[in-house]
Amino acid sequence: MDAPVPIFRAHGLTKTYRSGTVEVQALRGVDFQAAAGEFIVILGPSGSGKSTFLNIIGGLDQATSGEAWFMDHELTRLSDAGLTRYRRDHVGFVFQFYNLVPSLTALENVRLVTEIARRPMSPREALAMVGLEDRVDHFPAELSGGEQQRVAIARAISKNPEVLLCDEPTGALDSATGVRVLEALMRVNEAIGATTLVITHNAAIKDLAHRVVRFANGGISGVEENTTRKSPAEVSW
Amino acid sequence: MIRLAPLHIKLLRDLRRLWAQALAIALVMAAGVATLVLGVGATDALDRTREAYYEENRFADVFASATRAPEALLAEIEALDGVLDAEARIVRLALVNMPDMAEPGSLLLVSVPRAEGLNRLHLRQGRLPEAGRADEAVVSQDFAAAHGLLPGSDVQVLINGRKRQVTITGIAISPEYIYALGPGDMMPDPRRFGIAWMPHDSLAAAFDRQGAFDDLVLKLVPGASEPRVIARLDTLLEPYGGRGATTRKDQMSHAFLDAELRQLRGMSRVLPPIFLAVAAFLVNMTLWRLITLEREQIGLLKALGYGPWAIVRHYVGFVAAIAAIGIAIGWAAGAWMGAGLAGIYARFFDFPYLIFTQNPRPYAVAALVTLGAAVAGAVGAVRAVAWLPPAVAMSPPAPVRYRRLWGGALERRVRFRQSAVMTARHLLRWPVRTGGGVLGVAFAVAVLVGSLWSFGSIERMIDLTFTQTERQDATLVFAEARPHAALYAVRHMPGVLRAEPERVVSVRLSHGPAERRVGLAGVAEGGDLSRLLDPTGQPMALPDAGVVLSEALADLLTVRVGDEVVVEVLEGDRRVTRLPVSGLSQGYVGLGAAMPLSALNRMLGEGAMISAVRLTLDPAALPAFHAAVKDTPQAGFLSLKSLTLSRFRQTMAENITISTTVYLSLAAIIAFGVVYNFARISLSEQGRELASLRVLGFTRAEVAGILYGEIAVVVLLAQPLGWLIGTGFAVLVVRAFSSELYRVPLVIGPEVYAWASLVVIAAALASALLVRGRINTLDMVEVLKTRE
Repeated sequence: MDAPVPIFRAHGLTKTYRSGTVEVQALRGVDFQAAAGEFIVILGPSGSGKSTFLNIIGGLDQATSGEAWFMDHELTRLSDAGLTRYRRDHVGFVFQFYNLVPSLTALENVRLVTEIARRPMSPREALAMVGLEDRVDHFPAELSGGEQQRVAIARAISKNPEVLLCDEPTGALDSATGVRVLEALMRVNEAIGATTLVITHNAAIKDLAHRVVRFANGGISGVEENTTRKSPAEVSW
Repeated sequence: MIRLAPLHIKLLRDLRRLWAQALAIALVMAAGVATLVLGVGATDALDRTREAYYEENRFADVFASATRAPEALLAEIEALDGVLDAEARIVRLALVNMPDMAEPGSLLLVSVPRAEGLNRLHLRQGRLPEAGRADEAVVSQDFAAAHGLLPGSDVQVLINGRKRQVTITGIAISPEYIYALGPGDMMPDPRRFGIAWMPHDSLAAAFDRQGAFDDLVLKLVPGASEPRVIARLDTLLEPYGGRGATTRKDQMSHAFLDAELRQLRGMSRVLPPIFLAVAAFLVNMTLWRLITLEREQIGLLKALGYGPWAIVRHYVGFVAAIAAIGIAIGWAAGAWMGAGLAGIYARFFDFPYLIFTQNPRPYAVAALVTLGAAVAGAVGAVRAVAWLPPAVAMSPPAPVRYRRLWGGALERRVRFRQSAVMTARHLLRWPVRTGGGVLGVAFAVAVLVGSLWSFGSIERMIDLTFTQTERQDATLVFAEARPHAALYAVRHMPGVLRAEPERVVSVRLSHGPAERRVGLAGVAEGGDLSRLLDPTGQPMALPDAGVVLSEALADLLTVRVGDEVVVEVLEGDRRVTRLPVSGLSQGYVGLGAAMPLSALNRMLGEGAMISAVRLTLDPAALPAFHAAVKDTPQAGFLSLKSLTLSRFRQTMAENITISTTVYLSLAAIIAFGVVYNFARISLSEQGRELASLRVLGFTRAEVAGILYGEIAVVVLLAQPLGWLIGTGFAVLVVRAFSSELYRVPLVIGPEVYAWASLVVIAAALASALLVRGRINTLDMVEVLKTRE
């Protein structure tokens, strides 16, 4: 069998932020690959560059140099409109603070995305996948943090994305709630086969991944493969 | 060096950060201040100027005329209880032949007031004529200016049938003719009509009135009863052909100034409150948002030991700073527009001076009211937070709760796009603010509807007056009533195609306690040049019996068709009769009463007399016609419709162009201020959501569309409301403009609403585009890192 087709490829990615006279090098030449359907956990301390990396391959930010590819799209060459198109068609995002629209119910928050997606699943189906079929008509303010995060996951997967990018998805949640969110993420990863990248501070989560990538000082400091993966119920923090 | 307190520094930084919103609010305030300064200032200026001018030149209180009263009567009149001073005069209309003008002009010949007399002249140039000189005159300033006359110039005047060369000794203005209107004209035309003051004795001699007078003005003791003096005076003058005395209220120049003052007062009562209300709303909306954003800072300040009043002072200071900018701009704009208006007055009215801007009162009032509106707008917003315990203030506010529209009933039936649902729910979540935005934009539309309608109305007025009612090319008014045979002489003048006689007599009409002095017109039977229109605008036949009243007059007298009115003729033997009202007519100029000429002459019992002839003319023969009129001794005034109309249009065009420019700017300021602040606040509230949508793959245009959708809803809802309020304004303006001198028809065509909406939508679009840059640069990465 051929080696799995890489869905992401990055070579020599750098990112320098300039604020006034101060330069901050957030990324210092990152090389990275991810295969289709992989579940990758990215670990690293604050300021190690992991979020910057995720933002660049998620099409939210531009690299200073180097190249990043999503399948045959060279992300580092896309305009703002091209990046918007890329995010719209291929990427599902989950963030630490959910970023739901407060004036829309759970179902409507999902529908917001399915309305503009090319091959969406049904919004109810997406909510069912995260176990929220009974809470579809609730507004975010009426949902717990974990429920809100699961709405965000449903919203992210409802477009049937090729990649699911999660930045600290359990960062604002307690352990039990975090486990339910992780379960939802893993279930989705298996069900739709989306390559999933999860950024976390939380080392306990690394056992769920196919692969663990460690960031430090703006670069990748180590990669581990898990031969056996735990289920979310087996981890805690 | 001045050390600013930390809160003052914060205030200045807030102002700098929010400068665009602050400026938009300040401009709305400035519009309110400017209109208030202008309205109150101009009313005040006109009022005080007129008062001072009247006072200095001893403008009379009572006016009377007679056919020929002996001078001996004057002592008796002066002895009347309540009379302070009396001045006997000769006042006659005379044709004047100006070499620079093909058509004849007219001069109203008036006795020069005696030294220390009434209605004294304000000499601008030269000197008064010497007593006894029959060939010297002082002329009114505008007439002199229109013809380039200077002291020493000669004019040829037809005085009582004889051509006289009169030398101008001086140029003057008079409180009696601040607004000088020729007989039968609608607008002053200083080229064709002026005043000439000549020595009393020479006028008396020329008109065969030695030892007599035909005109009288009285100054009353302060507090004297005008009606009582008038009743006694009328009794004294009656044997000498007295035509009934009147007060200043019926004096043409005074009445026109009154009408102008009433319009100005109307403006200063309607416009400034609108602007200040909108400004208060904008202040409230903006401050509410600012305080929501700074809630934690406020909690921190309180935790550090600042009291609630320090917080209140800080935010009220912020608002007061905006108000100060608005007041400063408004003062400057008000003073500038005031100077412009003063210029218009100077051209329109003849004042020796204009008392303007010396009065600080309107400025102070405008500043106080504006500051009051700003603080009123701020109070509600500040109060909600200043008294919160620090710990509560520092913790994030409870999340905003949204609800489904009408319990979701509508949404179940119709599937809206989620972006539309966001827009609708956000608007409905803050109904007062949304309503305020709609009302604010509606006011902008209303200001335009309330001013742009005048174009159509004036066209309608012109059509009705100059095309449908007054169908003659010219009207030749005799200096005094002539036998009917005079008509034939006029008919034989060159170029005359058709001539119809008319007689107008001064009468007092009464019905119960209501009475009015009007000119009762005897209209030629079978004539076509002077038509009456019924209230629906259709030409009406003049009934053989009874009198037809204009609707305005019928309203004033509270009579309907079939009622009887008492007609007291104020000329000749002063008969009193009763006549049934046989119809109502439509008309916008003056108060009209008409009856058939023969019936009028029968009623007067003086035989067949006419006072004017309406003519249609052969355009090719105009020069010959004009020359003939100049040689007609009996002619007093020739009114030419084409000239009156073009003068009317010119004056209206000037005034309306200026006022329309002002109103357009005012409306644009409101629309811009409301929409810009609304958009900025909405963006501030939803910035996080909109940035999140960008992350989800929404394009810049789609995200902008959500915000613009809100603005579009507000602006569109405002249109019909604005049309409605604007129509209400128009009705108020019509009422304010309507006087017994003229009325304005209320005609609001669809184009008025369309233009008003277009202008406001354009202003809204401009302010929406200004926000576009901020939407484009929403920081996607930042929103992911922060909790709301």
